[in-house]
Amino acid sequence: MSFFRRRIIFYLITAWAAVTINFLIPRLMPGDPVTALIARNQGRIDSDAEQSLRVLFGLDSNQSFLEQYIDYWGLLFRGDLGLSFTFFPTPVSDIVWQSLPWTVGLVGIATVIAFVLGTLVGTAIGWRRGTWADGLLPISTFFSAVPYFWLGLIAITVFAVQLGWFPSNGSYDRSLLPSFDLEFLGSVLYYGFLPALTVVLASIAGWILGMRNMMVTVSSEDYVTVAQAKGLPERKVMFGYAARNAILPQISSFALSLGFIVGGTLIMEMVFSYQGIGYVLYQAVNTHDYPLMQGVFLVITLSVLVANILADFVYAALDPRTRQEG
Amino acid sequence: MSASTTSGTGRHADAAVREPVLEIKNLSVDYGFGQDPTHVLRQVSLTLNRGEVLGLAGESGCGKSTLAYAATRLLPPPGLITGGEVVLTDRSGERRDILTMSDAQLRASRWQDVAIVFQGAMNSLNPVFRIGRQIADAIAAHTPGIRKKQALDRAAELLDMVGISPDRLSAFPHQLSGGMRQRVMIAMALALEPQVLIMDEPTTALDVVMQRQIVEQIAELRERLGFSVVFITHDVSLLIEIADRIAIMYAGEIVEDAAAQDVYRRPRHPYSRGLLRSFPPLRGPRRELTGIAGSPPDLRLLPTGCTFTPRCGFSTPECSRIHPELGPTAFAGAEPDRRVACILHGDVGTLPPELAER
Ligand SMILES: Nc1ncnc2c1ncn2[C@@H]1O[C@H](COP(=O)(O)OP(=O)(O)OP(=O)(O)O)[C@@H](O)[C@H]1O
Ligand SMILES: [Mg+2]
Repeated sequence: MSFFRRRIIFYLITAWAAVTINFLIPRLMPGDPVTALIARNQGRIDSDAEQSLRVLFGLDSNQSFLEQYIDYWGLLFRGDLGLSFTFFPTPVSDIVWQSLPWTVGLVGIATVIAFVLGTLVGTAIGWRRGTWADGLLPISTFFSAVPYFWLGLIAITVFAVQLGWFPSNGSYDRSLLPSFDLEFLGSVLYYGFLPALTVVLASIAGWILGMRNMMVTVSSEDYVTVAQAKGLPERKVMFGYAARNAILPQISSFALSLGFIVGGTLIMEMVFSYQGIGYVLYQAVNTHDYPLMQGVFLVITLSVLVANILADFVYAALDPRTRQEG
Repeated sequence: MSASTTSGTGRHADAAVREPVLEIKNLSVDYGFGQDPTHVLRQVSLTLNRGEVLGLAGESGCGKSTLAYAATRLLPPPGLITGGEVVLTDRSGERRDILTMSDAQLRASRWQDVAIVFQGAMNSLNPVFRIGRQIADAIAAHTPGIRKKQALDRAAELLDMVGISPDRLSAFPHQLSGGMRQRVMIAMALALEPQVLIMDEPTTALDVVMQRQIVEQIAELRERLGFSVVFITHDVSLLIEIADRIAIMYAGEIVEDAAAQDVYRRPRHPYSRGLLRSFPPLRGPRRELTGIAGSPPDLRLLPTGCTFTPRCGFSTPECSRIHPELGPTAFAGAEPDRRVACILHGDVGTLPPELAER
């Protein structure tokens, strides 16, 4: 179990470093855009919020560096990321918490679908080279080679504008009240289908290609030949011996891509005006909303970290060599 | 166990009626598709008799492993079997050609009839499964209805048989030493008590002590379980210790096939003679190690006639014209079981005294 303890300690240190960098960056920035912003919003920011902003951005000249650092951690633990300028006076944490589930739900599910589907197709293509299925390779590569915004716009033009099968923007029917009933969930699925489809199309080629290449490599390993020589059923050789080993590098890439969900969804959410965290970041950048930007960055950093932790543990469960128990 | 008892283990097979269990007939293998494939095996014929240890020796690259893969239909692309038969005679006397079996028949026959220990057993175990599971899944695949527990019990027995503690069942391959992995592979190969065990250089990666131990263990197990062995190595002196018969291979062809002691004492092919002189004898008087001048030919550009001519000390002008067939020696009357591929044993030229020892 010392493996898990070591990993946990490692990730705690990484999280600490990430948060500390997030603390340092605004303090190292030349000039002081935040003071200007506070000045511009003079009177609209009450003294409490002003104080917490000063702490977040290190403008509190009465305090030493260390005191600022401790206060910063205190705010974080209370979930206080300051107030958004754009959506004043909504706290940044509220905005993040409202938009995050949309992104994680949509892009997360799309990423999982792309991974599962791509890995299965890659397994089949890599195992039996030279069948009709090889034709999927150039097709899927085409979709990943096309710039994503273009793919998104084409999808909107064809399926939303011309055929009218799907809505072109938004994340649910605005005439409905958000709740957990079937009608609302159906609407979420309906609105999410097109963006999810484009995300799957754009990313599936990577999974197919990665898995195919690993399958080709692993298929020539001695232990696969031995499995054949033992007369095991073909499916057992293919999945238990070949794919079981070929998937290991895929797992690492999958974790990385999970980490990029939050940060990488910007263009999709812009194209589809989808109200996820990417769209929030886009608005924050447009309006120079520094507290919001910083909050989003923190969430992105932490999500990459969480994804890595997940990958580490899944990998350890799948590959006994990394566990080093004895 | 002393060397002399080891060498005795297989000998009594000679006395028994010669009953072939695996017959390789005119097997040919090409590497590479398309216009200009390399003919790696050319018309190889070889017979393994029941209860016998057949040694297969030859320099690196002569096609020993290719023969093992082709005979078990495990040849990876771009290898392609272009002709021949591999006839297996099972215990009831039924004869079947492995190369023409259906996929289902082949799967059922594998490991049950012919098991194989590959060269480089270091990578022969799946790194992510425990070794017990890997032995048990072979058993389960051929024993319908067997319970997991029973298969694992049998795996434990097998490990015990090759001298590994049964509590190693739950070890992962990376937790075992090279020698142990080799033993695990041998245990796995014997799981279904096959009739034929093919071992491709099972000891090459190990130190001398471990080599000896494993070779002795194989001899002992063979004695007890009565399977036949094809033992592939480039170490001829090791073969003389353990094999009943030895086949010498050169550039994709068998050039001599005879009883082990005959090959050792009275080699009939110039290449066999050279090969024997490249290794120190394990017993008996020391002799000068001369080796063989030159290097094996490029299989892509084989000379016409005998492929050994450029390196042969006895070659005649005819040698580079006539391709020798594997046939009786010059002393066919006295040694009917020997075969050699050298035209000097026919009516061409005179047989040099070095190849005519009696
Ligand atoms: N995939 C391949 N493509 C082309 N040629 C190959 C391929 N694999 C093997 N060969 C050739 O086939 C010949 C026989 O190889 P093989 O592995 O059977 O030799 P070997 O007798 O087992 O040698 P060693 O003692 O080194 O194991 C070699 O000359 C090699 O170059
Ligand atoms: Mg070999």
